[in-house]
Amino acid sequence: MSSAAATSTDPHPAIGLKAIEKWYGTRDTPVHALAPTDLAVPEGQFLVLLGPSGCGKTTLLRMIGGLIEPTSGELSIEGKNLWRGGDRQSEALSELGMVFQEANLFPWLTIEQNIALPLELKGVDKDKRLARARELCKLVGIAGFEKRWPKELSGGMRQRAAIARALSYDPHILLMDEPFGALDAMTRDAMNLELQRIWMETKKTVVLVTHSIGEAVFLADRIVLLSPRPGRIDSIIDVPFPRARGTEVQTSAEFQAIVRRLRVRLAEIS
Amino acid sequence: MTDSVKISVPPPELLAKKRITREGLLPWITTPVLVFAMVVVWHVYVKTTGISAFILPAPSTVWTEWLAMLDSPRAWRHTYFTIYATLVGFFWAIVIGVGLGVMIARIRWLEQTLNPFIVATQVVPKVALVPLFVVWFGFGITSKVIVAAVLAFFPILTNTVLGVKSIDEGHRDVMTSLNATRWQIFKRLELPSALPYILTGLEVGIVLAIIGAIVGEYLGGNTGLGALLIARMNAYETDQMFAVLIHMSLLGFAFYFAIGALRRVLIPWHQSASH
Ligand SMILES: Nc1ncnc2c1ncn2[C@@H]1O[C@H](COP(=O)(O)OP(=O)(O)OP(=O)(O)O)[C@@H](O)[C@H]1O
Ligand SMILES: [Mg+2]
Repeated sequence: MSSAAATSTDPHPAIGLKAIEKWYGTRDTPVHALAPTDLAVPEGQFLVLLGPSGCGKTTLLRMIGGLIEPTSGELSIEGKNLWRGGDRQSEALSELGMVFQEANLFPWLTIEQNIALPLELKGVDKDKRLARARELCKLVGIAGFEKRWPKELSGGMRQRAAIARALSYDPHILLMDEPFGALDAMTRDAMNLELQRIWMETKKTVVLVTHSIGEAVFLADRIVLLSPRPGRIDSIIDVPFPRARGTEVQTSAEFQAIVRRLRVRLAEIS
Repeated sequence: MTDSVKISVPPPELLAKKRITREGLLPWITTPVLVFAMVVVWHVYVKTTGISAFILPAPSTVWTEWLAMLDSPRAWRHTYFTIYATLVGFFWAIVIGVGLGVMIARIRWLEQTLNPFIVATQVVPKVALVPLFVVWFGFGITSKVIVAAVLAFFPILTNTVLGVKSIDEGHRDVMTSLNATRWQIFKRLELPSALPYILTGLEVGIVLAIIGAIVGEYLGGNTGLGALLIARMNAYETDQMFAVLIHMSLLGFAFYFAIGALRRVLIPWHQSASH
């Protein structure tokens, strides 16, 4: 387990955080959601944010995704500053794709229209963007459901569609906030295998938030463990297992050892 | 294990292109039966009591008068006048109601500024203002259009505000993370998301618009179904009054169902559109 020094020597990380801090103003006392944090995510890495509830995982991810502005600090996406004087920079944003805990598909659009929505907003013409949506349906394993309404799909299938939507404009970075948190354990395992396959096929940089230690160790190249009050990086763990990892890796002694270590540490900081 | 798996097929009623459920079928039987029963009661009442035709004409007489109306170009001129006043008033109610509703739902200070006035105008009995509109806008069609618009405006406004405010935060996050412009957010998220609410407003609004137009015609001018009704009343032609009433009601039904059809076309994804 390495120390909390999180900045790598990589001069051009996919995501770079320098002293990123977040205070929420509330009706009474302001909440210190994230203490000044440094982090660099190298290109192509699968990074997992793990930590007890309320430690600022969502806050951190939403700041990286440009949904909330940091109180202070500098945030760069592929070397480009995300925020400049309170405005989000669109060149940096277009490298980011977000997947939320809820699929957040628009019920008035069919699956393929939902997946094609980002391209529509960018002005890609209809034939092109729908062709891309159908291609993505195959990638995420929901081919045949292109013309259905979201309500006609199962939870897991909807989440696949949400991933396809985030991939539609081919961003270099995928940000996921407990994307499978609402799914049952069996579906979740299947989705983790799928996600690993998609990640290996598309070669994205991924930052994924999760509550599940098993999920974190299975998916991550590197786990960033956060501790609460105020949210900060507690430790960083590199996960060495070779890809593609199969379900059998989870039964290995080494896997279990990392899980145990994380579980002990989580109990200490919660 | 495979031995026990039977090849299963979906039940045939699920395969039919347009499924007609028992509940969906019921009103198509009960409505005509009930209407027929009402007419029979009406007929029997008139025959047995021998009530004066000035008070309550027999259904057969009303029916004959209504058929005569359908043949009269003059009656159709009145009908078109009412339809025109209703639709133009309704159109402005939609433009102003939806436009202002979206702005109020989005802009905090605008809502806080306008809210007392909106409540005040809700509470004022608007029909009581009709004579004023006649004074201001004359006996022509303008005053009718305005009454129709004023009446239809409020349900459309309030439903639009509710609709825009009910937009899912997660959906907003999607648009924000995609760096959508304000116009794109309006067109691709706010409008479709609020549409079921707006259509509910339109359903109430169209009925109020036709009421507004007719009340406007009662009080000013001599064209329109409202004016026709008053003229028949003054001539003690009760049977023709009933015919005009039936005519007005059918017009109301037609408008209401048109909005229902619009619902099925515009929001097929919404449960309110599936029957
Ligand atoms: N909009 C907000 N306003 C005020 N405080 C907030 C807001 N959002 C989050 N917080 C606070 O910031 C802290 C971190 O919240 P955050 O949602 O980032 O935690 P989390 O790690 O994602 O938790 P969970 O695992 O339960 O999702 C919490 O103490 C929370 O109460
Ligand atoms: Mg969270």
